[in-house]
Amino acid sequence: MEQYSKKVMDHFLNPRNVGEIKDADGIGEVGNPVCGDIMRMYIKVKDNVITDIKFLTYGCGAAVATSSMVTEMVKGKTLEEALEISNKQVAEALDGLPPIKMHCSNLAEEGIKAAIDDYKKKNEKK
Amino acid sequence: MQKIIYMDNAATTKLSQKVLDEMMPYFVKNYGNPSSIYSLAQESASAIKEAREKTAKALGAQTNEIYFTSGGTESDNWAIKGVADANKEKGKHIITTSIEHHAVLHTCQYLEKQGFEVTYLPVESNGIINLDELKKAIREDTILISIMFANNEIGSIQPIAEIGKIAKEKGIYFHTDAVQAVGHIPIDVNELNIDLLSLSAHKFNGPKGVGVLYIRNGTKISNLLHGGAQERKLRAGTENVAGIVGLGKAIEIAVEDMNKNGEYVTELRDRLINGLLKIPDTILNGDPKLRLPGNVNVCFKYIEGESILLFLDQLGICASSGSACTSASLQPSHVLLAIGLPAEVAHGSLRLTLSNENTQEEVDYILNQLPSIVEKLRALSPLIKK
Repeated sequence: MEQYSKKVMDHFLNPRNVGEIKDADGIGEVGNPVCGDIMRMYIKVKDNVITDIKFLTYGCGAAVATSSMVTEMVKGKTLEEALEISNKQVAEALDGLPPIKMHCSNLAEEGIKAAIDDYKKKNEKK
Repeated sequence: MQKIIYMDNAATTKLSQKVLDEMMPYFVKNYGNPSSIYSLAQESASAIKEAREKTAKALGAQTNEIYFTSGGTESDNWAIKGVADANKEKGKHIITTSIEHHAVLHTCQYLEKQGFEVTYLPVESNGIINLDELKKAIREDTILISIMFANNEIGSIQPIAEIGKIAKEKGIYFHTDAVQAVGHIPIDVNELNIDLLSLSAHKFNGPKGVGVLYIRNGTKISNLLHGGAQERKLRAGTENVAGIVGLGKAIEIAVEDMNKNGEYVTELRDRLINGLLKIPDTILNGDPKLRLPGNVNVCFKYIEGESILLFLDQLGICASSGSACTSASLQPSHVLLAIGLPAEVAHGSLRLTLSNENTQEEVDYILNQLPSIVEKLRALSPLIKK
């Protein structure tokens, strides 16, 4: 099988921002256990800025590494900036992914979007 | 370099030094084409004859029932397509199982597109077929039963003697993909009523790229490869002389050492299984007793297989998984789904396949390392209630 980059392995072996946020402002879950990956993102938002983010991921090396990388990329960003981050940018930040693993980077992008959607929905109700 | 702990012997095995020594003269010194007339070529021809005798002896077969091929995949393709083609006037129905290797499954699916009908027998949760289901599946127009001897993923051993008996009574050809079994457990084609059997040298310390299809004398079968008159006109192509010599030596050694190695490897296997099952939420796949001596296959719930393999690779441990992420598809192993595992559990499988070169120290090292790997991955998992 094609090798992962050093950066993917670093984020897989030492994932950043792992865990749950008990009083999260938004939670997004994407993926499917049948396909072997589920990503759950927790965000804290203050003044339109993502002040904290944590994740839990069930999946392969690429799924864990893209989760970890995307949390680093969006932390401290405004919601608009976070929504602009694409799966391609996540993959590039990891020095690339094997072609069959590109769908894992989609999950990272979708995970952030789902968490922000959830935050927006909760705030509309208020 | 980091020490390698190789526990993926179902994928391939290391070529034995004794086998390599036997093969070496047939690359540079005795390079003649066995079909040629001069003395140099006779060296090659007699080496093939000797390898054929060793192979026949190992299976309890006649020498003229041994056909050398390029490996297990070719043997499976030839057996199934060849019997289907030669017997299509008699019928168009084939019976196989849902847990076969892709070399059998995809060949059957191909034949379905050509107008054949295939029954894929289910298996019980231990990975073994139900003989009543087999009997019920047999039709007037059934021409072939193809059931693997032992499964490559979960090691389950099928009731081959009973299947052979049923097939013989009904006058249906019986093919078995014995790629994982040959050289590891005893096989006698006559006692077991096997009509066709596939084997591959690299699964028992022989070279890659060479295998055998055993075809019982009198079996109606068409060629897969057309061309020269090699292998009694049934399998064309200049013989892989060195490979065939290697296969012959490897099967001879494997059968000689079978009892000794089988006992040793089974003991390691059970030590490994018992140790792994102490990890919480771990299940054994396959039958605890009716399994290949070297096969260990477990699922760790809530985590995914490829991520386990990456941690093991960091420690120099070579293993495999039925997770989708170890292949190009998004589906987990068809074998693990067939034994009734939910997809998310099937993705968390780990296969460790042992050989006589593995040691108790290696087994204990893995048992020492795996709990913390599983724990680390579970800490990341959204599937587990915290």
